[in-house]
Amino acid sequence: MTVGVQRQPVGAAPAAPPARPPRGVRLSRLDQRYSPYLYIAPFFLLFGVFGLYPLAYTFWVSLHDWDLLGTEHAFVGAENYTKLMADPDFWHAVVNTLGIFVISTVPQLLLALWLANLLNRQLRARTTFRMAVLVPNVTSTAAVAIVFGVLFGREFGMINWLLDLVGVDPIGWKSNRFASWVAISAMVDWRWTGYNALIFLAAMQAIPRDLYESAAIDGANRARQFWSITVPLLKPTLIFTVIISTIGGLQLFTEPRLFHSGTNPIRGGPMRESQTMTMYMFENAFAPHYNFGYGSAVAWLLFALIAIVAAINVLMLRRLSGDGGGRTGKKGKRR
Amino acid sequence: MTRLWGASRLTYAALIAAGLMSIFPIYWMFVVASRSSDAMGQVPPPVTPGGNLGANIARLFSNTDAYFLTGLINSAIVATTVTVSVVFFSTLAGFAFAKLRFKGRNALLLVIVATMMVPTQLGVIPLYMLMTRLNWNDRLPAVIVPALVTGFGVFMMRQYASQAVSGELIEAARVDGCGTARIYWNVVLPALRPAAAVLGLLTFMTTWNDFLWPYAVLNDPENPTVQLSLRALSDGYYQDMSQVFTGTAIATLPLLLVFVLFGRQIIGGIMEGAVKA
Repeated sequence: MTVGVQRQPVGAAPAAPPARPPRGVRLSRLDQRYSPYLYIAPFFLLFGVFGLYPLAYTFWVSLHDWDLLGTEHAFVGAENYTKLMADPDFWHAVVNTLGIFVISTVPQLLLALWLANLLNRQLRARTTFRMAVLVPNVTSTAAVAIVFGVLFGREFGMINWLLDLVGVDPIGWKSNRFASWVAISAMVDWRWTGYNALIFLAAMQAIPRDLYESAAIDGANRARQFWSITVPLLKPTLIFTVIISTIGGLQLFTEPRLFHSGTNPIRGGPMRESQTMTMYMFENAFAPHYNFGYGSAVAWLLFALIAIVAAINVLMLRRLSGDGGGRTGKKGKRR
Repeated sequence: MTRLWGASRLTYAALIAAGLMSIFPIYWMFVVASRSSDAMGQVPPPVTPGGNLGANIARLFSNTDAYFLTGLINSAIVATTVTVSVVFFSTLAGFAFAKLRFKGRNALLLVIVATMMVPTQLGVIPLYMLMTRLNWNDRLPAVIVPALVTGFGVFMMRQYASQAVSGELIEAARVDGCGTARIYWNVVLPALRPAAAVLGLLTFMTTWNDFLWPYAVLNDPENPTVQLSLRALSDGYYQDMSQVFTGTAIATLPLLLVFVLFGRQIIGGIMEGAVKA
């Protein structure tokens, strides 16, 4: 049995005294085998308790009639979901969320692409320009929401004052539904355009220069180079930013919440002009209703919506220029 | 390096315009913060600083609705604790994923990447229930403990450690009889320092700015974070805008200071991460 056991089988205790390696070696073996688990354990433990468990438990709660005061949490199956499907305020919030998402994300990513293209040239004071476009991203979201709320004020807001200078009547940025979407989108875009521009810029700088040189020799002008080389090669990055923007954009909360003040700001305006889904979740789950079951159902439907929209976006981007698996898709380009 | 695209005047003009639009709301915030409370009604709106900043700060700190000083102190405590913890656990786990061999490594790394895609705020309701059970509602542990680790941090450190930490050095240390813990402390951590600094800065800013979760769980107006103090100011019935803007300016100031000092590293971090993502 114990003849010449030199290499221990994995996980087995040392077989017999003669073949027993010295203590230090055994310790270091244990160390090499198990310490990695020790090092990654904190993340998984904490994330399990405060990240994963709440997420799964949300679904469980959403199947119950569950409020703060009740001691009985009756199982009601899909009742919260069927109620939501017939709840006009919920659908109103869904439309608001999607509306704000579309009119903020599309211009934001196009602007970021254009900015990145400008930043990718031979510039003096490169770092200064990069810092200038990134500075909105490091300011406090709450502070910015409050400041934009004032800029877009009806009576004394600077935006309406500027519009007045060019002869446009004042706009009710907080009382008109579409106008409030535009104002909130302006806030979101102001914060995220520069950030996305830097991400695009990083990807642009990874594109080999000789591609452009040979295109230039072939007589492609700058615009042609941009659409035929830069954009196709940026596709993985584009997909990445679209997914990130989808996750962030559909969960919008702080900006619309603080854009409104006064009575019941969680409703996003007197007629829920810009109440997003996360705000609606809060209104139901916390003050004033404390209906955890209903709020959790909103959370799960928001989760589903994010997954669906992200998938649609990725599919659309894939279609835009072939399947682009590392090839510069020359075909399928639409002008 | 071939000079491919020179920047034309038009490029500079466009970039300067973009820069000014980025900076203006922040600049204007400081303008209003330094003026008297009737600045809001003036036509045209003021665009140069006034001399009222000191008086506004005094009024802000004596405002009994906002608990602004408590908010500042709380935010400093929360952001510092979370930053130290995230950097420590992320470098530890990132090192393990990049440099150590163990069963299930790739699967577990995938799990971490997946956690970055899951919107954690969707778990807000059960998290709130959990805090009620732990009796942490209205208390700082409620906003500190769930943020002690981030998938983003682990992933970022793993990416950096794969290229910045030399395998030979680790092997040499092993031969010299160093245990894994000593290797982490004496070999890995020094090599990770630049990336760990960027992670620390980003974490500090994110935590300082966090609004949604504190808003849900810290309902005691006397114990806010600074962002919640801003909410109290802004939702107030008196619309004393110069005071509110003084608050937003002070809440933004630490972030701007960090950015002015370390902007280059932060930009580098964002761009490095983007290429590998």
